[in-house]
Amino acid sequence: MQATSAPSPAERSHRLDAFADWFFRNLVTIAGWFVLIALGLAALSMAWGGREAFMAFGPGFLTSTAWNPVTEEYGAAVAIYGTVVSTIIAMIIAVPVSFGIALFLTEVAPAWIRQPLGTAIELLAGIPSIIYGMWGLFVLAPFLADNVYPWVDANLGQVPLVGLLFAGPPLGIGMLTAGIVLAIMVIPFISSVMRDVFMTVPNRLKESAYALGSTTFEVVWDIVLPYTRSAVIGGIFLGMGRALGETMAVTFVLGNSHHINASLLMPGNSIAASIANEFAEATTPMYQSALLALGFVLFIVTFVVLAISKFMLMQLAKREGN
Amino acid sequence: MNAMADRLYFRRRLLNAVSLVLSGAATLFGLFWLVWILWVTISKGIDAMSLQLFTEMTPPPGQDTGGLKNAIVGSLMLSSLAVAMGAPVGIAAGTFLSEYARARKIGEVIRFVNDILLSAPSIVLGLFVYTLVVRTTGTFSGYAGSIAMAFIVLPVVVRTTDEMLRLVPSQMREAALSLGIPQWKVTTQILYRAALPGIVTGVLLALARIAGETAPLLFTAFNNQYWSTDMGGAMPNLPVTIFQFAMSPFAYWNQLAWAGAFLITLFVLAVSLLARTLLLRKKTHHD
Amino acid sequence: MTDAPITFATAVRSAPTGAEAAPSPVKLAARNLAFHYGDFTALRDINLDVPQNKVTALIGPSGCGKSTLLRIFNRIYSIYPGQRASGQVLLDGEDVLDPKYPLNRLRSKIGMVFQKPVPFPMSIFDNIAYGIGHYEKLSKADMADRVEAALRQAALWDEVKDKLRQSALGLSGGQQQRLCIARAVALKPQVILFDEPTSALDPIATGKIEQLFAELKQQFTILIVTHNMQQAARCSDFTAFMYLGELIEHGATSTIFTKPTKQQTEDYITGRFG
Repeated sequence: MQATSAPSPAERSHRLDAFADWFFRNLVTIAGWFVLIALGLAALSMAWGGREAFMAFGPGFLTSTAWNPVTEEYGAAVAIYGTVVSTIIAMIIAVPVSFGIALFLTEVAPAWIRQPLGTAIELLAGIPSIIYGMWGLFVLAPFLADNVYPWVDANLGQVPLVGLLFAGPPLGIGMLTAGIVLAIMVIPFISSVMRDVFMTVPNRLKESAYALGSTTFEVVWDIVLPYTRSAVIGGIFLGMGRALGETMAVTFVLGNSHHINASLLMPGNSIAASIANEFAEATTPMYQSALLALGFVLFIVTFVVLAISKFMLMQLAKREGN
Repeated sequence: MNAMADRLYFRRRLLNAVSLVLSGAATLFGLFWLVWILWVTISKGIDAMSLQLFTEMTPPPGQDTGGLKNAIVGSLMLSSLAVAMGAPVGIAAGTFLSEYARARKIGEVIRFVNDILLSAPSIVLGLFVYTLVVRTTGTFSGYAGSIAMAFIVLPVVVRTTDEMLRLVPSQMREAALSLGIPQWKVTTQILYRAALPGIVTGVLLALARIAGETAPLLFTAFNNQYWSTDMGGAMPNLPVTIFQFAMSPFAYWNQLAWAGAFLITLFVLAVSLLARTLLLRKKTHHD
Repeated sequence: MTDAPITFATAVRSAPTGAEAAPSPVKLAARNLAFHYGDFTALRDINLDVPQNKVTALIGPSGCGKSTLLRIFNRIYSIYPGQRASGQVLLDGEDVLDPKYPLNRLRSKIGMVFQKPVPFPMSIFDNIAYGIGHYEKLSKADMADRVEAALRQAALWDEVKDKLRQSALGLSGGQQQRLCIARAVALKPQVILFDEPTSALDPIATGKIEQLFAELKQQFTILIVTHNMQQAARCSDFTAFMYLGELIEHGATSTIFTKPTKQQTEDYITGRFG
């Protein structure tokens, strides 16, 4: 330990340590940068792969409903429409339900049930989407076709204007079914995020409200929600990002149609479903390029949605002093 | 005056009761669907369970016998390689975020991008690896499939490693450093040891996540009807097999699809539960 | 320690006085030391001599900078960006703040014990052996001897000798802190810094550790930060009083506590603020 003159064992090992420090530091730094590069490369690769389609069809690609592999005319509108509509349906169903579940888990449920129930929901969030897709195809779609859609068609389908949404033969497979399957898939995810967000509210805030005589509902509505508002929105956007890019849950039940149909009971398409269904058959470069261009569009849309979600969730984290 | 206060109070209590009932109903509603799905998967899966699932290969269409042996083995190989590739990079990147970039701008940027990668559609990652690897090598391959799945493993491991390392109290770092131990040894010999259950949990969760991923494999490893352990070509795997079999009109193929779905669900639940118990044990240990 | 209740007065009277022995050589000295967190100056104009083989206590109200000062001596602040020190810290005459002075040499000579006991996630034996193993290649027998010696010095040997291979996390708080002390002395440093070592412990564990100081100072130079004045009065030979980032007064403990020269010191000692 007492280093005197020229490289003693202590100094040599000190230099070795200094080198090892330098090496380790650079190793992990490269790994860190790799994450950034991965995302950048992903975006670039799809932009590059889709360039033929973008160059051939221009911005009209996004609005054209054409999809003809024979004449090599492609447009993204049908897929974009389906992606957006199925996601909206899913969110309309999933958000209130998730909110109710999160509320139940944090405020209503007796203490002994909270942990196991919460864990159960988190586990369910991990079920692969292909399971949902299969269940949708083999169980839900026939059930809806036999029991629900005929009623919907006969009653809601007759109402002027709104009826347009519910007209058409009860196939079972279609936009509405896909939206329902998507909703069920996204519910455990959003409710977990919301529950985590609700749990960050300091107990003393809630306790002081209770001490004033507030009801549970009022505590949630007046204290918890305002405190976590941006994070709740962030959680919703996070679920939406998931729903937008979901492939297997919807590919089974969306129907792979290439026309935009006003009725939700009719089949449609989504970006992810088109790519999944047709990639194997895309033999020409332009066909492939069109699918890759679709992928790029999906990437941009989900990136924006996820970025917004992240910003909103960061607001809460900042408040917590993270 | 009292009557008005009473009425107001009654309305508030009513509103409260209604909302609580609705929240309970929402929970039941959500659970109902999920239980139904699990029930269907389990019952149809068990119906299709037999020893030949593990001993026979995927049959051609119309055949009444056969199993999933090649798909199961293929999936195991793909997943193992994916974790072997993605986890070390993820742990290294997570270490960077926690130990070298904690308060710096670059750390915030990487964390942000990582979270986006975490929730990005897996089909996008599949297309990315397709353009990068399949197009350049000219063939579907198990390597491409593993690479695609490694990109799904990566952000999960980065995030859990980062969070678990940050949970280690800073005084432990300082205590080790004040003994004169160099930074790299402190990280690898002390911090990793302290955060090990958490890091392993992250890897397990990543494994559970890729077990059921279909979309990225569609464009990379594709599928293979035959027995193959050659990662340089199209690899048989469970998710894509399930996809193809389920969408087909052949009854036996549909049955095999349910068996496969059941196996995957079982695997995912088992791994997730294992991961959670590991984390729970670490938490109670430190109190 | 007597059985009579320790009042403040008796503590001061029974404290070791620096004036008993011949003036000790200065082991550690701060010269014109200043410290900054970013733009904020936390310490200014610190000049302090820490005598060899004596216990010196740093006292002062919360936020006065005593922990900050302590952490300069082994340059543990250097892992945090934006924190920097200026001035000199002389260990046996050599300036250890000089970037050319190797960090690991500094830390082998100046050890540190922290407020919260932080045993490494290893067995009790390995906790001690880990630090030693980094510097010296010892045979199994030699290492076992070193570990035992360190544990004896920390008055922990009898309590753990039968469970050396068990995880250190199973020890009580007081035992863990003594383990951390053993870990520090195992490297045979010359100076040991203690940052509020007993503030997280119960009174009995605190008492056991305070008893250690008298023995440890025979071999090491001790510098303690404490917010507990009575502890400073009980255990230290010299005391330095700090306030708002400046060193107000320092000298023999008995002098500081009975005849302080600065008004602020007297106000703090008598409890007018703190």
